[in-house]
Amino acid sequence: MPRVSFEHITKSYGLLKVLDDLNLSIEDGDFLVLLGPSGCGKTTLLNLLAGLLDVTDGRIAIGDRDVTDRDPKDRGLAMVFQSYALYPTKTVHGNLKFGLAASKLPRDEIEKRIAWAAKLLQIEPLLNRKPGQLSGGQRQRVAIGRALVKNVGVFLFDEPLSNLDAKLRTEMRLEIKKLHDQLKSTIVYVTHDQIEAMTMATKIAVMNGGVIQQFGTPDEIYERPANLFVASFIGSPAMNLRKTRLAVSGGKAEAIFGSGVRMDVSDYPFAETPQDGAEAIVGLRPEHFALEAKGPVAATFTVPVQYAERTGPDASAYFQFEDDLLALRVAPDAAAKLAPRQAVAVSYLKGKANLFDARTGHRM
Amino acid sequence: MTELTIFRKALSPQASGAEVAVTSAPYFPRRKKRITGRSIAVLVFLAICALFFCIPLYVVIVTSFKTMYQIREGAMFALPNVWTLEAWDHAWNTACSGTRCEGLKVGFWNSVAILIPSLALSIGLSIVTGYALALWNVKWAGPFLFILFICAFVPFQIIMFPLISMTAALRVYGSIWGVAIIHSVLAMPVLVLIFRNYYKDIPQEIMSAAVMDSGSFWKIFFEIILPMSGNILIVVLILQITSIWNDYLIGVTFGGMGAQPMTVNLANLITISTGTVRYNDNMAAALLTAIPPLVIYFIVGKLFVQGITAGAIKG
Repeated sequence: MPRVSFEHITKSYGLLKVLDDLNLSIEDGDFLVLLGPSGCGKTTLLNLLAGLLDVTDGRIAIGDRDVTDRDPKDRGLAMVFQSYALYPTKTVHGNLKFGLAASKLPRDEIEKRIAWAAKLLQIEPLLNRKPGQLSGGQRQRVAIGRALVKNVGVFLFDEPLSNLDAKLRTEMRLEIKKLHDQLKSTIVYVTHDQIEAMTMATKIAVMNGGVIQQFGTPDEIYERPANLFVASFIGSPAMNLRKTRLAVSGGKAEAIFGSGVRMDVSDYPFAETPQDGAEAIVGLRPEHFALEAKGPVAATFTVPVQYAERTGPDASAYFQFEDDLLALRVAPDAAAKLAPRQAVAVSYLKGKANLFDARTGHRM
Repeated sequence: MTELTIFRKALSPQASGAEVAVTSAPYFPRRKKRITGRSIAVLVFLAICALFFCIPLYVVIVTSFKTMYQIREGAMFALPNVWTLEAWDHAWNTACSGTRCEGLKVGFWNSVAILIPSLALSIGLSIVTGYALALWNVKWAGPFLFILFICAFVPFQIIMFPLISMTAALRVYGSIWGVAIIHSVLAMPVLVLIFRNYYKDIPQEIMSAAVMDSGSFWKIFFEIILPMSGNILIVVLILQITSIWNDYLIGVTFGGMGAQPMTVNLANLITISTGTVRYNDNMAAALLTAIPPLVIYFIVGKLFVQGITAGAIKG
């Protein structure tokens, strides 16, 4: 099972550089999710790896092999497409079989693999149907099956769940994760859905504008976003970002909001000692607020409620703070008690704040 | 439309979410249409148009079943006194074209012999070219398509003489293959454009998947693309059969003496300078020549319409 590495990848269309000197490498068995908004270059990167696009400059390696100039079928990978891309005139069996078209395998080996994939994905009863007679979820399984039969080390997924309804998406998400645990293969998965990324990935590369903003485990990405883009992109409701001024004196550091609220950030692991009076952007996760704090508190805001909304198991409440809304995650029963325009004291837990340099946007 | 069944989400709390069938009165009852002066005018116009085509056809058909004796009486619209297949038999078997008196059957079999290689060659060449231009990265595909497009507008008569010397140099002039090659070459521009536009609508991801699965130009063509081209093949088949069968100019120019198609045969048969004009033979011969494309229309006509609409929307 191979590792995959991109070295100094540049891709340009004419004068437009989509990717510029991109480096990324994942280990054998990793589940890499390329996450980013539309047009950030994540699908381009996947297509470069698949060989469906040619790199302008740079090197792609799978395992020890340099595959930069290899044909797609010789790269030893399989891909699942967003629209499933099943062959409409072939049966499910024919679709799976054509996946092995390039391999010169004996017939019984081909049949054995098709039977194995069909059993694994529970599509055995569908083998003689055409894609037009299948539901979305079934087509998705067939598309995955077509990739599985190839028995390769690297699987590529291009937003495979975006055409499914919410319930099926959750089911398939689990199944893909299960498959990964079972097959121990390397997976590169493109999505713009942060929940898919957070739940399935072992590594996430957050991309924007053709640049990898942060590469790390889901926990790292969520807990310690490297810059403002990652901070605002990951999390729903999004992280609350506010401009503050740092006040550093002795061993104590405080972030002072425009309205004068002071937040204690002495325990923040600054990369380098902050300067007194430096401008910083504070990032506050909605779930790190508390209406009734039970632990040490970094700051307390007394703010009026704007509105609360319930999203199933939990609820979000929005408070007017300075000239913008502050999003909080609250328990549903607490949310029900909040009356509009009622001023409430909310506390932010100690040690949970994120600080970004206001000039560069990088984590401090 | 008399009744509409509407599914309405019940709003009552005890049945919330359940779908309840509601039978309601007709929504928009259609008023009975009255016959207006305008619709009468349209009907009359359409009837005249239909007669315009039907009357000559009627004359051709009844004349072909008459005896020469009755034709000389001059009652053009009268039905045959005696229905006879004599003229048909004569036209098919013994009518004279020049000095040969073997009837139309020679031309018929020549036409069939020309049709089959012409169809195979023209469709085969243009389907593969269209597939390559639409779905593979071909260098200079844009300029190539543009040139093809221009070629579609070049009248055949302009390039007739160079083509004659080219086929002569290839030693196919005057043979069935000469006619077939010219048919294929002349049909290429339009057919390539048709196939190329049809294949452009095939989702790119299917092609990407096929390239990753197999990567072979021909394997993808035969296993994936060709089975998806049924509709457009029928359209092109009918277009080509009609144009090749009905062609006169290419046949008369490139067929030489040995490979003259039925149309040329027919023309020779009816343009005689001596003796009486045998109208019944001529009509029967004309009908015989026109029948094959009609048969094709009737057999695949339904598929033809499906093919056209399938090409118009997405395939």
